[in-house]
Amino acid sequence: MNMSTNTDFTLAIEDLTVSFDGFKAVDSLNFYLDRNELHVVIGPNGAGKTTVLDLICGKTKSTSGSIKFLNKELTNLSEHEIVRAGVGRKFQTPSIYENLSVMENLEISYPKGRGVFGSLMFKHDAVVRDKIMEVAKQIMLEKFLHTEAGLLSHGQKQWLEIGMLLIQDPQLLMLDEPVAGMSVKEREQTAELLNKISAGRSVLVIEHDMEFVARIAHKVTVLHQGKILAAGEMKDVQKDPKVIEVYLGH
Amino acid sequence: MGGYSYDELGAIFAMQGFAGISLFSVLLLMALGLAIIFGQMGVINMAHGEFMAAGAYTTYLISSLTETYIPAFMPYYFVFSIAAAFLVAGTLGYLAEFILIRHLYKRPLDTLLATWGLSLIMQQSYRSIFGAREVSPTLPEWLMGSVKPTEMIDIPINGMFVLGLTIFTTLAVFYLMFKSSWGLRVRATTQNRVMAGAVGINTKKIDRYTFALGCGIAGMAGAAFTTIASTGPTTGTLYIVDTFMVVVFGGAASLFGTIASAFSIAQAQSILEFFISGSMAKVFTLLTLVIILMFKPEGLFASKVRR
Amino acid sequence: MSFVYEKLFGDKKGLIGFCILAALILVVFPVMLDSFRLNLVGKYLTYAFAAVSLVLLWGYGGTLSLGQGIFFGIGGYAMAMFLKLEASSPENTAIQSTPGIPDFMDWNQITELPLFWMPFHSFTFTLFAVLVVPTIFAYIIGAAMFKRRVGGVYFAIITQVVSVILTVLIVGQQGLTGGINGITDLRTLNGWDITSDSAKNLFYFINCFLLLAVIIASRFILTSKFGRLLLAMRDKEDRVRFSGYDVANFKIFIFSFAAMISAIGGAMFTLQVGFMSPSFVGIVPSIEMVIFAAIGGRMSLIGAVYGTLLINFGKTAFSESFPELWLFLMGGLFIAVVMFFPNGLAGLWEDYGHHITKRFGFINKFFDKSKNTADSVELEGANS
Repeated sequence: MNMSTNTDFTLAIEDLTVSFDGFKAVDSLNFYLDRNELHVVIGPNGAGKTTVLDLICGKTKSTSGSIKFLNKELTNLSEHEIVRAGVGRKFQTPSIYENLSVMENLEISYPKGRGVFGSLMFKHDAVVRDKIMEVAKQIMLEKFLHTEAGLLSHGQKQWLEIGMLLIQDPQLLMLDEPVAGMSVKEREQTAELLNKISAGRSVLVIEHDMEFVARIAHKVTVLHQGKILAAGEMKDVQKDPKVIEVYLGH
Repeated sequence: MGGYSYDELGAIFAMQGFAGISLFSVLLLMALGLAIIFGQMGVINMAHGEFMAAGAYTTYLISSLTETYIPAFMPYYFVFSIAAAFLVAGTLGYLAEFILIRHLYKRPLDTLLATWGLSLIMQQSYRSIFGAREVSPTLPEWLMGSVKPTEMIDIPINGMFVLGLTIFTTLAVFYLMFKSSWGLRVRATTQNRVMAGAVGINTKKIDRYTFALGCGIAGMAGAAFTTIASTGPTTGTLYIVDTFMVVVFGGAASLFGTIASAFSIAQAQSILEFFISGSMAKVFTLLTLVIILMFKPEGLFASKVRR
Repeated sequence: MSFVYEKLFGDKKGLIGFCILAALILVVFPVMLDSFRLNLVGKYLTYAFAAVSLVLLWGYGGTLSLGQGIFFGIGGYAMAMFLKLEASSPENTAIQSTPGIPDFMDWNQITELPLFWMPFHSFTFTLFAVLVVPTIFAYIIGAAMFKRRVGGVYFAIITQVVSVILTVLIVGQQGLTGGINGITDLRTLNGWDITSDSAKNLFYFINCFLLLAVIIASRFILTSKFGRLLLAMRDKEDRVRFSGYDVANFKIFIFSFAAMISAIGGAMFTLQVGFMSPSFVGIVPSIEMVIFAAIGGRMSLIGAVYGTLLINFGKTAFSESFPELWLFLMGGLFIAVVMFFPNGLAGLWEDYGHHITKRFGFINKFFDKSKNTADSVELEGANS
């Protein structure tokens, strides 16, 4: 890999380290993500997977190393600046606005009117409404636009959160355990959804459900103790003896 | 500087410093109680001053009763009343937690308002029971007077007593929190309530006793306070803002921070008071605190916590 | 027309509520009350500005300020300084050692008008000071706090401490500020007698219009995307940040706006009551403003006004007959609101009011459509 031409990569993480009081949660990590790639990160609990997402989206500050998104250095930007650069993050537990309706949740995520005066003057016009409808259909919630988000089922809340990211049209979409707590049918629907939305953008997923991972992944990386243990296609990784030893995949 | 000789300056610093020590003692006792409650439970008790007043009024009551019925006991009642103040304030705190506070743990802003309501009720109760005028217990002989180590330095005995009491209480709290098994359970509950509950710690009871302890210490502060000034229904409000600042400035979770914070604030104010007017000293001290907090919101002496 | 309904009044329900309030303060009170009592209501309505500001800041925004008295005071003092300078003309103060300066300065052996008083000779500057100084002050405090992600209890305490700093400063510098008695003995505004009944009546109506205008402006904020963001930030601040918003800027704005509103109230107070003192700046008045909003309904602009009126009527009534009881009642109310009806009287009305309006069938037609989102989902579903 030619290190200087990382203009080709959507995401280029180099030598990333974060330590909490001496404990290295992420240790000199090198990781690259292509356009149109759906990459799944797996690994045992505590391997540092969520921490990597935290570092990318700015929730945690790294100790050293660089994170370049479309050649823009993210490590010195604040959370909302990273979002505006085109990075969307879905959290492990559904993080939606429970007291607002589905429509309002999506409206807030609409990438216009993000400044103080912009939001005062924001017009909820036909353009906005159409976009919201379009996304709502994608996430299978078009019949629930006026339902209070807190009343949705767990799976629907996950979809809503994905929708809130989709409406921003991010170039990098990061999903932390998107199917946790979902029924079998919901997992199927989510796999379909993810396969559709990965066109035209890069998607980084953390997951534990191996069947689900097999259905969606282009590439897989196994993380262990803050370092990469193995990477490549799903079938190769599953056969890797190091992986089997550390992480008895189910 | 200012036309004083070095000797005189030294004496001034010593005496103002010592005046600061009395203030420091009361502040520290109040702050200890509040820091335990806020630091451990995230609850801001706006009625904390009223628990202090409860201790002061208890002392006054015992003083009056002793004077009337057992005058021979007078030299001894004071120490006894400190313990009584602790118990009375602690019991009131226990009741307050049980009836009111325990419903509001997830809502710190609402706790603030509810405890303000409690403080109003307590203030009015004091007014109704003891009257609106200020009262004072009759202090025993051995607390009066002062000690003169040098010609120019005059150290009042009650100040030394209060300081001694404060040191004793601080050490006791330190021992309780960090060396006893009960303290271990309290700290476990603070750091990870769910796990603490999972390993069989009765977190609800811990909360109740922690709150009671904080209020009890405030009661002791009240007893100590009676040696410095008289007590009225609104006495509690005198020191409450300063106490909050001590706790916030010191970084609520740190015992050492609370001590250091109380000391610096009390000293800064006393020494300043000598050179500029009392009100400007207070303004200046508080303003400095606020500005420092704006740069370091977690408090000057806070220990690092992983966000 | 729908723009008017939605953006400025909320919806049909909001419009009706607004009209009822407007009718009450613009028509019913002036007709039913004598000049003295109307002036009292006017005074209460100035507190309402602060209560309304807390609905925006605290009810919707989730940021509790225990220092709205600061801004109420700045606005009040600015107006008082202007009026005092006018009342201290060389003719009026001829008997002082130094004529032409306020009496309290004379008593404190001050011989020259301090520099910071001088601009208040101008009415334009005074208006500017009322609107801009508190806003800037709030902006500074807000920026320092919110950019560092200080919120919640810490923020509340710091606002409280700042109110104490201001109070102690005012009281301590009595030569410059009138001290604990405040600035009193105000007589004329640009030559026109403000102590007369007709003047007080006029100020009352100006006050009402300003309050109603503030409510409309606030409603505009709440019905815009900004309003929904306030709610979102209150409940899930982090998520809002991760939706691309600089949360601090929004909090700073709403805090500054709340400060400006409170300051207007303070200025109107000085005009109607004829004096300003530090007893409206510190801990106690600031927390009373919170209780007005809490009792009236921290999520209801109009409810906050009613809360203010109710508590103040109550205080006056009780103070005369049962003064001891009043503090018990206030304390109890604080606790009761927090524990049992956190959305205040407005919340109770929302939940149970339909029991009363049920009796008046025709009113239901107004309330039906705008009731539950659950209902409207069914309606939408049926139509689509």
